[in-house]
Parts: sequence; C-alpha cells; structure tokens
Amino acid sequence: MNNLRGSMAIVGAADTEVGTLPGRSPTELCVEAALLALKDAGIDKSSIDGLITCNSFAEPILYHAEAMAEYLQIFPGFCATVNTGGGTTLTVLQQAAAAIHAGVANTVLISMADSMRSFMTREQAMLAQSSTGHPQFEQPYGPSVPAYYALIGQAHMAQYGTTAEQYAEVAVSCRAHAARNPTAQMRKTISVEDVLTSRLIADPLHLLDCSLVSDGGSALIVTSAERASDFPHQPVYMLGIGEAHSHEHISQAASLTTSAAVESGQRAYQMAGLMPADMSFAQLYDCFTPTVLIELEDLGFCEKGSGGDFLQTGATYPDGVLPVNTHGGMLSHCHPGNPGAMYALTETVWQLRGTAGERQVNNAEVALVHAQGGIMSSHATAIFAREVN
Amino acid sequence: MSKILPRPTETSAPYWQGCQEGELRLQKCNACQQVQFYPRIMCSHCQHQSLDWVVATGGGEIASFTVVRRGVSDDYPAPYIVALIDLEEGPRMMSYIVGTDPESVTIGDAVMVEFEEWSDEITMPVFRVVAAK
Ligand SMILES: [Zn+2]
Repeated sequence: MNNLRGSMAIVGAADTEVGTLPGRSPTELCVEAALLALKDAGIDKSSIDGLITCNSFAEPILYHAEAMAEYLQIFPGFCATVNTGGGTTLTVLQQAAAAIHAGVANTVLISMADSMRSFMTREQAMLAQSSTGHPQFEQPYGPSVPAYYALIGQAHMAQYGTTAEQYAEVAVSCRAHAARNPTAQMRKTISVEDVLTSRLIADPLHLLDCSLVSDGGSALIVTSAERASDFPHQPVYMLGIGEAHSHEHISQAASLTTSAAVESGQRAYQMAGLMPADMSFAQLYDCFTPTVLIELEDLGFCEKGSGGDFLQTGATYPDGVLPVNTHGGMLSHCHPGNPGAMYALTETVWQLRGTAGERQVNNAEVALVHAQGGIMSSHATAIFAREVN
Repeated sequence: MSKILPRPTETSAPYWQGCQEGELRLQKCNACQQVQFYPRIMCSHCQHQSLDWVVATGGGEIASFTVVRRGVSDDYPAPYIVALIDLEEGPRMMSYIVGTDPESVTIGDAVMVEFEEWSDEITMPVFRVVAAK
C-alpha cells in the first residue's frame, strides 16, 4: 500500500508573469520561477537537493533538468525531466513525494515554463501538439489537438445528451473566476451565448471552448511534512495522490467518455481518506471545456452522464458549492503548454494559505487538483489540506 | 511541405501493402483469435507473437467524429472530417469521412472503406457513409 499520505508539503510557490512575454526564453522563465519559489520558501538555492522539470516545446533541451541545474549552479542528487504532457505537473508530485519519503531527496524544486505563444508560430505550435497522434495511424489524417478533444466531446453528447450550452458553462465559469484574478490573461466576463457564437474550431468546440496559448513559468518547493513547519508560510500538505494511465492514442482508449480519472481519483481519495463532498474547491484540467465536464463526473462530483446538468446549477462558479479553477484555469488564466496545471497548484497553495485576495474561497480547508496529459491519457489527482489529521 | 505520410515498418508493411491493393488488412492472433489494430509485434490481448493477416470487410460504424474547421497546416485545407471508426471485426481506427456534407454526419452511421492514393508508396484508407443511423 502506498503510504505517502501527508508525508510531503508544499512550502514554496510562485508564478512568473504570464501572457505574451517575447523577451524571455523558456529557460529564463523556468529559472525566474525557481528563484521566486525559493524566495517564497525563504531558502537559498543551495538547499535544493532534488530538481524536477518538464521539457519545453518552444526550446527543447535534450537534458532539460540538467540544463536548468547548470544554469542555477545547483548539483542535485535527484534530477528528472518528466513528460506526461499536461499531467506532468501532478505526476511529478508522486515522484517527489516518493523520493522524499525514501530519503533520496529532502527539498525538491519543481519548476516548469514554456513560451508557446511568443517562441513558436501558430503552425509550429499546432503541429508540435498534434504530434501526440500515432505517427502511422493518426497523424496523417491531420487531427488538430482541438479535434482529438472534439471526438471526446461529440461522443459524450451522443451518449448522454450533453449539449454545447453545457460545455460553454465551463468557459463562462472559468472566466467568472478569472475576472477576480489580477494575473489572469482574460478577465472580461463572457456569456454562454458568447461561447456559442465564437467560431467553430472542431465541432462541437468553439474558439472559447479552447484554452489559451501563453508564455509563462511556475515553480513549487516541496519537502517532508516534518520539516514543513520550518518554512515561513502555512504548509500545504498532500493528503492523497493517484495516477492512472489508460492509453496514449485516442483510437486506443477503452472509452471515449469515461476516463482513467476514475482510477486516479479513487487512489487519491482512498489515500486521503476523503470524499468528493469534502472538497472546498477543485482545480480541474481545462484544456478544452469537455474535459472539465468529464472530470466532474469521473472524480465523483456528480453522477456519470450528469456533468452538463451539474454545470448548469452554477456549482463551479465563484461562491458555488464547488468553485472550479479559482484562478481562471487554462481557459482564462494562462496555458503555456505542459506547465499549464502548475498554476492550478500554486493557486491551490494560495487558497489554502488564505492569501488569494478577492477570489479567496471561504473556509478553504481541503482541495482536489486534477491534471491529464495526452488525449485523456495520463491522469493524476492530488488532494491537499492545511492540516494532516 | 506536404501531408504527413506514414513510414511503414516491417510489422506494418502488409497493412500498407493491403491499402495499395484495395484491402483493409488486420492482424489476427494465432493463439486467441483476437483481431487487433494497430499492427503490433505481439497480440495485445494474450501476448502471443504469432499473428496472421486477415482482410477486413471494410464495413464499420462511426464511433465519433469532428469537423476540423482549422487545419493543422496549409497541407490540410479545412473543413475535413476526422472520425473514429469501429470496424465490424471489433477494432477502432482513426480515419476520414469523405464524400459527404459535414452537417449530415452522425455517430452510429454505417460506413465502408475506400482508398485514396497519397503518394507512390502510400495509399490511405478513408470511409464513406453508406447508411445513416
Ligand atoms: Zn492473442
């Protein structure tokens, strides 16, 4: 049995500026985020004995984490470049927790950045991301990344009667959160009508059903729960973590409408000893609106097939019963590629510290964060709290 | 630039050869009889490594589809219809739906394979709706 429950805490968290940052390379953003997180944790780079990064699409580096360590002039005994796509941001938490629990490292820096907006052309960004498809049996047909998720969205509509209006609620809800977040890229509130009248990208997905393309970096410092109280801020403890990996290519998925978030969620809930109803808020991976709807179902926040109805109750909006993506998510805050869900983690830290300002969730005690990579392929769910008990 | 062309391997060559000859070929396990797609060096069900090729009927059903309104590059002029096809033999594959108005396609439509020559070496299987759901 995995015994990582409550063993690790986040003691430092920071984002760089996000949006359009043509003057800073992905490497520079990655290091900038690292320095900000070190400052937040009140420690010097010499304290870091573990480093985890993800590679950059815009500036790929063969030994990415090693290059970041070299730039920072740190010499960790545990150094990994992880790639589970958008799921990377959370799968690394299980790896960091295992490394800390095993005594392989004490203080791990997780830093990620990319510049998909300023360092790649639209065509480069599209082709790089759609290379997730099978080189012989999918890519030749030219499915764009929105197209892969459209296949999932369309199948859910056919199976459960979900509507484009219901998907649109996800985008509108994220924007309502972003309106309260001064760092979000898109803060002007939108309506369901705005989403439905934005142009179709891949049916049933409209432009506003798709996440942003951004530049930015973000970083965390994690350490053992025992040491966490030595740092300046309220520690944020990881009570549960679970991964599940079901396929890589969408044509090989056992189901288009039920994802391995079911299994990753069960593992995280079981470790934490908590249930969906215990969550003060949730941050759910929102590369496209249907993913949030399916994650709400698969993570047990509502019955399978009723995600659309659940969204229409307003539950996910600010002051709803389950605020989702309190920073605005990748639909409205920012989405620099694989680091996208790092902002869900840093936001969760600030919410649980109680420092989220205008968008602070009342009585925020426990939160769930979920990310997935590929095409609903690599899932990771984590549960965080202010206390371990 | 041109369309993204598959690079056949020793394992997948009979599949691509079949497409050139107007046949959709699938692997069938000699031990457990499972039919699989995509081609592999092993049976994904029982791990057996002796597989034969069978000719699929070419018939299937649309499991899902999308009309791509913004192509991945200039070599993919939009709109085009990317679909997941459930073949009569069981496996699911990605392909195009051709020869139809995008607005008329529905999940569950019956489809039949046909073949498009993309280069001297590569012929791609695509599908046409033969009976609306
Ligand atoms: Zn077999």
